[in-house]
Amino acid sequence: MNIIVCIKQVPDTTSVRIDPETRTLVREGVPSIINPFDMFAIEEGIRLKEKHGGKVIVLTLGPPQAEDALREAISLGADEAIHLCDVAFKGSDTLATSFALSAGIRKIGAFDLIICGKQASDGDTAQVGPGIAVQLNIPQIIFVRRIEEIQEGAIVVERISEEGFDVVRSALPALISVVKEINQPRLPSLKGKMKAKKAEITKWGIAEIGVDPGRVGLDGSPTWVEKIFSPPEREAHEPWHGEPDDLVKKLADELEKAKII
Amino acid sequence: MNYFLTEEQQFIREISAKIAKEKILPVRAELDEAQEFPWEIVKVLADSNLFGVYIEEKYGGTGGGVLDLCIAVEELSRVCGGISLCLAATALGTFPLILFGSEAQKQKYLPGIAEGKKIVAFALTESGAGSDAGAIQTTARREGDYYVINGTKQWITNGGEASIYTVIAMTDKARGSRGASAFIVEKETPGFTFGKKENKMGIRASATRELIFQDCRVPVENLLGKEGQGFIVAMKTFDASRPGVAAQALGIAQGALDEAVTYARQREQFGKPIISFQGIQFMLADMATKVEASRALVYAVARAVDRGETKIAKESAMAKLFASDMAMQVTVDAVQILGGYGYMKEYPVEKMMRDAKITQIYEGTNQIQRTIIASHLVKEQAGRK
Repeated sequence: MNIIVCIKQVPDTTSVRIDPETRTLVREGVPSIINPFDMFAIEEGIRLKEKHGGKVIVLTLGPPQAEDALREAISLGADEAIHLCDVAFKGSDTLATSFALSAGIRKIGAFDLIICGKQASDGDTAQVGPGIAVQLNIPQIIFVRRIEEIQEGAIVVERISEEGFDVVRSALPALISVVKEINQPRLPSLKGKMKAKKAEITKWGIAEIGVDPGRVGLDGSPTWVEKIFSPPEREAHEPWHGEPDDLVKKLADELEKAKII
Repeated sequence: MNYFLTEEQQFIREISAKIAKEKILPVRAELDEAQEFPWEIVKVLADSNLFGVYIEEKYGGTGGGVLDLCIAVEELSRVCGGISLCLAATALGTFPLILFGSEAQKQKYLPGIAEGKKIVAFALTESGAGSDAGAIQTTARREGDYYVINGTKQWITNGGEASIYTVIAMTDKARGSRGASAFIVEKETPGFTFGKKENKMGIRASATRELIFQDCRVPVENLLGKEGQGFIVAMKTFDASRPGVAAQALGIAQGALDEAVTYARQREQFGKPIISFQGIQFMLADMATKVEASRALVYAVARAVDRGETKIAKESAMAKLFASDMAMQVTVDAVQILGGYGYMKEYPVEKMMRDAKITQIYEGTNQIQRTIIASHLVKEQAGRK
């Protein structure tokens, strides 16, 4: 089966600092990594390939240095990498990004499954995966924690919900987004790293994927970020210890006092 | 400092550091306490191709050498000098095969080792034969197409866990050290069992065990090199393996230095971080200088081995001697800088100090290293006249 995994290169949030003056993220000198949720998507794609055969193509849209993220995906076991790279993409919001990615996927051609991470750790929108599915007019199942089976042109997955999980069946081709419960990503291997170093990365700009410059970049983006700020600190929590019966009574008293019940 | 490592060696460092941080750090204290062999880490190292870094590509390795091994061992030891030993001791057991194995032996054993599916151990030491390796009592008697091995090996690293053992035994006791031979013995061979598992001060996540041979029949094709070459095999193996022990010591010392600097920056006494006191600064500066000097020596010797220099016994002994004595000093100083906290198991430096001690003792005590170095000094000068 042919699997396309969409990934994003993001700043390593474990080393991001907030500028106390401007209250914005200090990005200078911060290493870039593959969005942590996309690591689960790559791993799941490779596992499906190992089980069912076929190939894994990783796709990203981003500046020239995003090539490092694609090479890392190859070192983990992806077969091909495509980089949508063009100054025209600069400033793309989630709509413009999913539009461009879906154009890239159409150019790739036949596929069975698209896997995305749940959301990116920088934007946290969780919109690009669903956006691609809409653009391509294929079914989407988001927040998948387990793939139960894939056969006869259909996929059965467990999708997490607030109460538990749903078992969902969909026809293929489809798009899924995955949560961290789905697997434990492998570590890179030396042979993988050496292969990735030599791998050819396909680069496509707007001309290659045939998109109108007005549909991508700032011009194609109806949304923009107005301001980034640190949320106010939450009030301190008070842990309660004791026997369940006493704690339930205490909780009921407190809720009553707060006029909640 | 830039040591002009190849891109592959830089990847080895990067991958080893990642494994150390993500997989070894969370379990090191537990495995140390429980004296448990790190099988899960072995699998991770295997999947990352680290067991094959010093093995030729045609046998499934990545074609590097002793320096590649040293970098992996150093980086893993920085977090745990006990767990890293599963790799370093496998290399020690594998060098006899690489250096003296026939093509058939290499084809049979090296691919499994490079893949990390087979752990290896090297067996020379006995209860009465440590520094005096010529005193070994284990014998191998030729009987038709077999050698029959009898005797007991002691303190064998990876013992019981390894599936391949390179064993030194006497084939002709009358010839003394020229009567020893080296053999490959597989784990399930009848007559080969395991004895006491040692309870150790340090490197507790590594297995150290007795090997017992009772009429253990090994096919003649498992003889490494020729009959009587056993000590040459052992000495040439040590020339190649001692930089690895030195790298283990180097990694332990670097890990202890890292901990000491972190602690000294955080710990406040008399109203300021203790790193602002010159007494602590001087200690840290000396520790860092010793670590860097060791690294320069270890890498230089490893490179010389990889270039195929044959007269390397003296320098190989120097690297092991210098780095292990250094590691002992640096870890003791790290415990001192952490003070009472350093003495407690909540902090990792007491373990690093315990782990460092063995590097002065095994693969030849540091006294034996000095005699090797001195004997070469004498030979070199005598040769010039």
